[in-house]
Amino acid sequence: MTMLATGRRPAPGGSTVSRPARSGASSVGRPGFAWALPATIFFALFALVPLAAVAVLSFTSWSGLGDPRFVGLENWETLIADPVMLKSLWLSLLFIVLGVVTQTPLSILLGVWAAGNQRNRAVLSAIYFVPLLLSSAAISVLWRALLDPNFGIPGQLSWLFGDGNLLGTQSGAIGVLIFVGMWQFTPFHTLIYQGAARGIPPVLYQAAAIDGAGMARQFFAITLPQLRNTAITSIILMVVGGLTTFETVLILTNGGPGTDTTITAFYMYQEAFQSFDFGVGSAIALVLVVVATAISLVVVKVSGYDKMNSSLEGL
Amino acid sequence: MKPRPNYLAGAGSFLWLLVVAIPLYVMVSGTFQTRAEFGDNGPLSFPTSFTLQNYADAITSGFGRYFLNTVAVTVGVVAIVLLLVPPLSYAIVRSQSRAASFVFRFFLLGLAIPAQAVIVPVFYLINAVGLYDNLIGVILPTAAFALPICTLILSGTMRDITGELYEAMAMDGASPARAFFRLVLPLSKGGLSTIAVFSALQAWNGFLFPLILTQSEDTRVVTLGLFNFQTQYGINIPGLLAAVTLSMVPVLLVYLFARRALVQGLMGAGGK
Repeated sequence: MTMLATGRRPAPGGSTVSRPARSGASSVGRPGFAWALPATIFFALFALVPLAAVAVLSFTSWSGLGDPRFVGLENWETLIADPVMLKSLWLSLLFIVLGVVTQTPLSILLGVWAAGNQRNRAVLSAIYFVPLLLSSAAISVLWRALLDPNFGIPGQLSWLFGDGNLLGTQSGAIGVLIFVGMWQFTPFHTLIYQGAARGIPPVLYQAAAIDGAGMARQFFAITLPQLRNTAITSIILMVVGGLTTFETVLILTNGGPGTDTTITAFYMYQEAFQSFDFGVGSAIALVLVVVATAISLVVVKVSGYDKMNSSLEGL
Repeated sequence: MKPRPNYLAGAGSFLWLLVVAIPLYVMVSGTFQTRAEFGDNGPLSFPTSFTLQNYADAITSGFGRYFLNTVAVTVGVVAIVLLLVPPLSYAIVRSQSRAASFVFRFFLLGLAIPAQAVIVPVFYLINAVGLYDNLIGVILPTAAFALPICTLILSGTMRDITGELYEAMAMDGASPARAFFRLVLPLSKGGLSTIAVFSALQAWNGFLFPLILTQSEDTRVVTLGLFNFQTQYGINIPGLLAAVTLSMVPVLLVYLFARRALVQGLMGAGGK
């Protein structure tokens, strides 16, 4: 058994985990830190080190060939003076707000409904769930085909869509991206609300019913407050997701018309991998990191993820 | 428990069902029509004829190769995740060292590091080690970015193993490794299948890393193939829809057989 154990212990790099684990009754099921090392090193290599590197690269000029050259604050000065960058930040903010505002009420309603005991619920939930399984690329290609001005749905329902070129105007393009985001991500948020709504103790509803509270009253007085922690988590995930929307923008609008849907994450890709200005791209990436990290700190603090708190404590 | 069915919510959810289902219907029905028929009748009509030509076109345009590449990436990612995450979660849940709880916070923070934020350095790193345009170069960062969520899910499962079970093993004087293989792994099967399915889904649907880190047709994965197909044959909508449908088939099959693991994992991702 011990042979098997040592043989199967993952050790990429090989150096760090060769220290044998202490044995003996006092340490049963108390693994040393060495057990966490392989994954930690691997993750650090592809996430943490690059995170530090992106900060360094933001002070360099690099076109992908040769070595990065230190240029001081040049990239940052370029960015601050760049109207497209400023516009992209506003657009990202708009995306985030519209995403949260459209997805949250819908997923709470669907999630609470799906948590109930209706007979048809299981079948419907199974269909709701499908968009969640599909890649953003597939979803974007699908919607681009469905919304094709000539061969798509707008062409067939011209009374509803006018000339059908939904992606030709800024408001149309933003509307499409927000709608596709809704189509794609509502199932996920519905699912986590569904899980949370199932966890609400029935005794709360029974007590409310005895007190004569109707369904609407029960929803606002019990369900919504009980979903608070879930809502925080869900909204933060929406914010991070909205901030990093990429495939849908690339495939559906390519940032256009003009730069009217060029959100920051997409602008970073354009600057780095289409204009081959990796220095400026890194600076934009750093802006994304700062915003995302600030949000993640809020996740850990507010949601109590780190302590694994439960909203049911005290019940 | 509920006094009466909630008709309002029922109607609302039916409406949303239409929003979800109609595009999926159009997608599938479009793939069985010829281009001419699809163009004449419009996407919302019922198909009047039946052809498999669109699927044949999609496959001959290279999707077979893309599928193999995606399968390779998926297998690689799942293997790395299954190798690295269980010992990590074990240490997070059971280790008494301070470092382990620090590592948990570190991975939680990693949950919010968007892949976009690091693609430039990852691009540099992968180039520097000569893995550009190589599927291994796609597998490594994809697996790394699957680690935080999988760690969160598996740690949640392992937390449910009670202390008494460990104490029972203490009678045998078991080492941490023995407890891991005899107790922790067998009792975490549910969590293990969840992280396997979950990381497979991430790998299968991954787009950004392949986009940045591969170039040639030999290393093209399905998602990139779709993007490429759309840019080249955007007008051939039934063909495009066939390609999109093909890309979804394996995921839907997994959904049929591993629905529970997937749903549990996603619910877990939202916090308890």
